[in-house]
Amino acid sequence: MVALAAENQDRNLLSKMAAGDGHGENSNYFDGWKAYEENPFHPIDRPDGVIQMGLAENQLCGDLMRKWVLEHPEASICTAEGVNQFSDIAIFQDYHGLPEFRQAVAKFMEKTRNNRVKFDPDRIVMSGGATGAHETVAFCLANAGDGFLVPTPYYPGFDRDLRWRTGVNLVPVTCLSSNGFKITVEALEAAYENARESNIPVKGLLITNPSNPLGTTLDRECLKSLVNFTIDKGIHLIADEIYAATTFGQSEFISVAEVIEEIPDCNRDLIHIVYSLSKDMGLPGLRVGIIYSYNNRVVNIARKMSSFGLVSSQTQHLIAKMLSDEDFVDEFIRESKLRLAARHAELTTGLDGLGIGWLKAKAGLFLWMDLRSLLKTATFDSETELWRVIVHKVKLNVSPGGSFHCHEPGWFRVCFANMDHKTMETALERIRVFTSQLEESLNRTKPVAPTTMMAKKKKKCWQSSLRLSFNDTRRFEDGFFSPHSPVPPSPLVRAQT
Amino acid sequence: MKQLSTKVTSNGHGQDSSYFLGWEEYEKNPYDEIKNPNGMIQMGLAENQLCFDLIESWLAKNPDAASLKRNGQSIFRELALFQDYHGMPEFKKAMAEFMEEIRGNRVTFDPKKIVLAAGSTSANETLMFCLAEPGDAFLLPTPYYPGFDRDLKWRTGAEIVPIHCSSSNGFQITESALQQAYQQAQKLDLKVKGVLVTNPSNPLGTALTRRELNLLVDFISSKNIHLISDEIYSGTMFGFEQFISVMDVLKDKKLENTEVSKRVHVVYSLSKDLGLPGFRVGAIYSNDEMIVSAATKMSSFGLVSSQTQYLLSALLSDKKFTSTYLEENQKRLKSRQKRLVSGLESAGITSLRSNAGLFCWVDMRHLLDTNTFEAELDLWKKIVYNVKLNISPGSSCHCTEPGWFRVCFANMSEDTLDLALKRLKNFVESTDCGRMISRSSHERLKSLRKKTVSNWVFRVSWTDRVPDER
Repeated sequence: MVALAAENQDRNLLSKMAAGDGHGENSNYFDGWKAYEENPFHPIDRPDGVIQMGLAENQLCGDLMRKWVLEHPEASICTAEGVNQFSDIAIFQDYHGLPEFRQAVAKFMEKTRNNRVKFDPDRIVMSGGATGAHETVAFCLANAGDGFLVPTPYYPGFDRDLRWRTGVNLVPVTCLSSNGFKITVEALEAAYENARESNIPVKGLLITNPSNPLGTTLDRECLKSLVNFTIDKGIHLIADEIYAATTFGQSEFISVAEVIEEIPDCNRDLIHIVYSLSKDMGLPGLRVGIIYSYNNRVVNIARKMSSFGLVSSQTQHLIAKMLSDEDFVDEFIRESKLRLAARHAELTTGLDGLGIGWLKAKAGLFLWMDLRSLLKTATFDSETELWRVIVHKVKLNVSPGGSFHCHEPGWFRVCFANMDHKTMETALERIRVFTSQLEESLNRTKPVAPTTMMAKKKKKCWQSSLRLSFNDTRRFEDGFFSPHSPVPPSPLVRAQT
Repeated sequence: MKQLSTKVTSNGHGQDSSYFLGWEEYEKNPYDEIKNPNGMIQMGLAENQLCFDLIESWLAKNPDAASLKRNGQSIFRELALFQDYHGMPEFKKAMAEFMEEIRGNRVTFDPKKIVLAAGSTSANETLMFCLAEPGDAFLLPTPYYPGFDRDLKWRTGAEIVPIHCSSSNGFQITESALQQAYQQAQKLDLKVKGVLVTNPSNPLGTALTRRELNLLVDFISSKNIHLISDEIYSGTMFGFEQFISVMDVLKDKKLENTEVSKRVHVVYSLSKDLGLPGFRVGAIYSNDEMIVSAATKMSSFGLVSSQTQYLLSALLSDKKFTSTYLEENQKRLKSRQKRLVSGLESAGITSLRSNAGLFCWVDMRHLLDTNTFEAELDLWKKIVYNVKLNISPGSSCHCTEPGWFRVCFANMSEDTLDLALKRLKNFVESTDCGRMISRSSHERLKSLRKKTVSNWVFRVSWTDRVPDER
């Protein structure tokens, strides 16, 4: 009692923001992360550990990056080759950012959009990763109580990034599997109306293109219709394009920057892009976030706000050098796309062989897997139950659709770019074993293609193990997966090569 | 424009202040010894540029850290992926130990209570988000760092209520000033959530005395509010006194592990002590687990770059380096400050006796036409546009008395400093006021020195003095 009273008093000394749950991390879905952290898979040391498939990271081209860094000591301000710049860079805290950094980033953004559009380095504003960028954009475009429309399913981090400290609301735009989760004008209008009825002034529409978690890209017509919708309503369009360079195969990425060139009298003051090097280049640790706005006032103020999350000048210097090496950049993008395509194909071929569906998409670091047929009932409770089995029994940390605010239960996001080939094989084998045993227990017959066994697994009775005891059956409204792990830190060296 | 937030349309960013306008003028016409010898000399930038050679020579001797290697192997890939908002454990350990070293190892810092932030700018804002609701107030002694208007208030909606300090006692914080500020907040219907002090002070260049620290701890204890101690200049203490942290006082008052200690938070950064503002390394230290937890999550909006964490954890873990650095840094700052002070004196200008920081709080009241802020601004414009020195007027620091200016000394070479002083002396002598002053300056300075000594005795209580008394 005393402890509780003390804790309550403690909470009163903190702001509501600090004492509340707005950070979104008190979610049962962290069980998945915790399970992984407590027992991480390693091919030799922990072959029965949990495989991390919930982390959207691009680890496939780290070797290219490492090689470049070793071959270019002048890109560091600490090596003999670069130390003559140390003091100038160390004192550089101008929130405009190093000009060469902005120029190099602008060039990179152009390359990742196939050079079909130009970016002005003076419109580039730094931020603390895309996380910082989104929060800053929300602070600039909306007041507390205002709302942004966001198509579902969407990245759970938005619940924190756009809402927590800003007081802004997110209004879902429901997208359905019946049309491949495409965003329709009807859905937009319905969401807009919904917001109006709830007395939430809508200030903007936030899209992620390529989509997280879907892995799909928006086609030209759809993008145009979104731009026209926002112009029509006089609201902002924020395009999160952090996966721009992760398209592979025949898939083309069309940026909103390209589309606005094709719309006469487009009010560009309403158009903003959020970008980052975390996904396209696999550098989340360096915290390079970018706001690119066509609105001069927003550029000006966002730049002042960037004081709260500038990119380390040491990093700006490194990135400026790296991205100015056009040959390296071209090779990196090309190779990255090839490797992503190969890993994606490995996963999808494996799933196809098991009769497991997935949303057709050719971008991103993950795929959107369809396990609706494995649900006992078409409910989120069932989805959560299935998810717990996958995490604790199959030992794969995948992300359940409910945490992405998906309207329909049974979808799961599965990441594939954060592991090597052997780990992928192991994961597929575990899925094969699980589905075959599940089908046995459910008395269904589905063709199962033979796959190479990497490790023999004991046959367990999955039926009984499906009945996990857990008390919480509520649907997660605020499910949240953070790439910034909330659990005790893992060792610096990751066991992925 | 209705389509943008009020944060955009108002000027809560605070950049219309003369503090920032002076910078803009400098940017248009910056001094360069060769390329632009008549350009503006930047004396409004509190940067420490005196010890880069020490860091550069450390880098030359530590190639692994310099090239992101461990035992000769590149760890770039691991660093590229490291985005855990708890921060690198070895970095936080090194930070904690560095902070302890600066405080003579008299107090300990637990690395688990450190939250990393993108500079102290971000650290201060994050603490506000954690401690204050929109409309709540923090009390700050004046004069204070102009950036606080943005960092503490802009996006958080918090308010600042000043604790008025005056030159009559060397701008020290008094009990009556604290009480008055508290009551003023209540009159304005603002809930006071805490007090924020900068120790050593920006812009005064003085460390808080033990008396003031005791007063503050007693005050927040009795009012049940927070105390934030921004100690980013703690490693720039060059006077013969030791730096006394609020953590020292908690320990001496036997308040460690009490409810009061949970309401005392320290903000730190490597921007001033190590002269690395570009790297964006800030930290919050709190004994309150809930605050550490909330602030850690908020740090997602401004994490420290992993390559920077790695470099600095190696640098700060080298104890031989840190002890040499701290000692040398203090020596050089002291010598540079002395150069500024004696240069000012030869122009008939005195300053508040300082024992820390990268600047002096300079008294130009005698150069004002009238004892008003308009006159201060006039004088400031003359100094910026005619004398071509960017210094910061006291009004931009919310000083209640016109005529005080903050003048930085650690962000330029000795030659540049000498040139700046020469320009200032010429300016002073060229005005009528100046001619009179330089004639009587000798007498004036003699009597000022007497006053300064008695201020000195007033400021330093005997128990502050030294290590051998412990």
